[in-house]
Amino acid sequence: MTPVIQAKNTDRKKRYSQAIAFTIFKLMSYSVVAILFIILGFIVIRGIGVISWDFLSKAPEEGMTKGGILPAIVGTLCLVVGSSIFSFPIGIMSGIYMNEYATGSKVATFIRIMTNNLSGVPSVVFGLFGMSLFVNTLKFGDSILAGSLTLGLLSLPLVIRTTEESLKAIDNSYREGSLALGATKLQTIRKVIMPMAMPNVITGLILSIGRVSGETAPILFTVAAYFLPKLPTSIFDQVMALPYHLYVISTSGTDIVASRGVAYGTALVLIVIVLFVNLLANVLRTYFSKKVKTN
Amino acid sequence: MISGSITSITILLIILFLFKEAAGLFNSPVIEDGYELALNNTNPVKHLSSYQIKEIFDGKISNWDEVGGKELPIELVRLSDLTKYYTEAELGANFENIPAKASELTAKHPGIILFLPTSYISKSFNGKLLKHETLRPGDFFGGKEWYPTASPSPQYGLLPLLLGTLWVSLGAILLSLPFGIAVAVYLAEISTMRVRNILKPVIELLAGIPSVVYGFFGLVVIVPFLQKLFQLPVGETALAGSVVLGIMALPTIITVAEDAMRTVPRAMKEASLALGATQWQTIYKVIIPYSKSGITSAAVLGIGRAIGETMAVLMVTGNAAVIPHTLLEPVRTIPATIAAELGEVSAGGGHYQALFMLGVILFIITMIISISIEFIGRKKYSN
Repeated sequence: MTPVIQAKNTDRKKRYSQAIAFTIFKLMSYSVVAILFIILGFIVIRGIGVISWDFLSKAPEEGMTKGGILPAIVGTLCLVVGSSIFSFPIGIMSGIYMNEYATGSKVATFIRIMTNNLSGVPSVVFGLFGMSLFVNTLKFGDSILAGSLTLGLLSLPLVIRTTEESLKAIDNSYREGSLALGATKLQTIRKVIMPMAMPNVITGLILSIGRVSGETAPILFTVAAYFLPKLPTSIFDQVMALPYHLYVISTSGTDIVASRGVAYGTALVLIVIVLFVNLLANVLRTYFSKKVKTN
Repeated sequence: MISGSITSITILLIILFLFKEAAGLFNSPVIEDGYELALNNTNPVKHLSSYQIKEIFDGKISNWDEVGGKELPIELVRLSDLTKYYTEAELGANFENIPAKASELTAKHPGIILFLPTSYISKSFNGKLLKHETLRPGDFFGGKEWYPTASPSPQYGLLPLLLGTLWVSLGAILLSLPFGIAVAVYLAEISTMRVRNILKPVIELLAGIPSVVYGFFGLVVIVPFLQKLFQLPVGETALAGSVVLGIMALPTIITVAEDAMRTVPRAMKEASLALGATQWQTIYKVIIPYSKSGITSAAVLGIGRAIGETMAVLMVTGNAAVIPHTLLEPVRTIPATIAAELGEVSAGGGHYQALFMLGVILFIITMIISISIEFIGRKKYSN
């Protein structure tokens, strides 16, 4: 009888340790959710009272302790559009090249390693590089142009990778079918592959917009202005930007305590942009994946 | 298609421009441009390093025998100190006699070190001018002080910044790695599909929050909390940086580690379960060992993100450029230094070049990290 009891005991022990381990893992996972909600909740609760139409439509006043953040919103918008104009076409083309043309070759491997490396380069190094190349060498000065190009380079790896991955997900039979019907490779890509890959590509683009709108370090030395109430009129103007504005008023503004309210408001606007972008990307992803399934 | 190689071109351009701007650092003079350091002719000391000059001017070195000279007290004379030795009348109404008097003073005092603008040094100067040396690599890589505005000899010591960066990053990874692996295991092996569908977007959102918002949150919540918890004079410490960076590194670690665990072959898991192992035993005896390389990649990637992170760290670590001894002291990291100081320097100067050199170092560190991840990944496939 003893061996049976022993087996039962080890069995129970095994089950207990499993239960304990799983509970710990579960708690840790839920605490990650809790962290997110604490951060979001804190900023939403403190910031919501600050948000008003005036806050969104006026320039900062009284040493940035009052007034609104319109110039910063417009500036961030300019940078997002500017960097997208640069990074979207190049990134998508480059993703197509890597997945459709250069598959498996040494060149593709090299480019892939380089793309991975580029995505690991810290944003402040992009800032240094942008300052050296665009601001000083090409003489763009601190301008929307210099900032957009810097941010564009920063988001390039993300765009390339998502494009490549959405192309990879497409079954090869579509390519072969199109080619078998006499279409050229370019026609196949344009008429068959890209329309199918587009939803995922667009999701990636939206996520890169989210990334670009929150970056601070690359724009510190290439475009961002400390305080500039007037709106930009050309691509060679400096602008204010939301993330930089938040940094300035929370650490080195004229009166840090008095501008806390504005800081919470700015943080909330930034978070809402990011939440919105992520939500949009998620909705698009599920919407298109359902559509593809029903087809 | 040229566009395919744009990332490679960008990397080459980054290397080219960072190095171009940083290259001048070791040609930049040890003492401020337009100034001279003069010694008495009988003084055997031939050269002073940047650090020695700073220590002399701070009064920490007060005898020539500490820098390889004779046993003789150091007598430091700046331009403004000349009035202690001569009356204003003697110096002349328009200070036209300063060159002559400076020469006379240097000749008379054997222990003197005189710091004067070059324009006040006459041709017939009776003393020994220290040669204009350039910053040596040892001063930068081995330097223990970062004090770029020190006069007359700015200190560009890498060590406090490098150590600050490492302390903060290691602290962050120690906090977030156990969490990250636990969540990855939970997502990959334990959770139901429904829970996973909630957790995944949450983790994506955590990755999407801008670093400056993390920094702001750290500044208004974590910093005061740590200050109270440990009864510190200031809450802006390396630990605050580690906590914020730990949260920021979580999504990277979770995603990479989870992907690795999902590649464990089904047959291995089923074999383990069929032999009577519980799910938990399977996880720590089969799944975690099998995905070791993936977990290593996750840790390395997390460290990479932590090392390069700028804004959040800049806002919460207090930015004191001293070599840290505990996690509860203010530190300053390499990226934070670049971000905080580059706006205030003139292009082309020694300080500017030193900041670009920091950029080069940061770039090299992240390159090593990227390449080592590539290597870890490949090793796994070859097994």
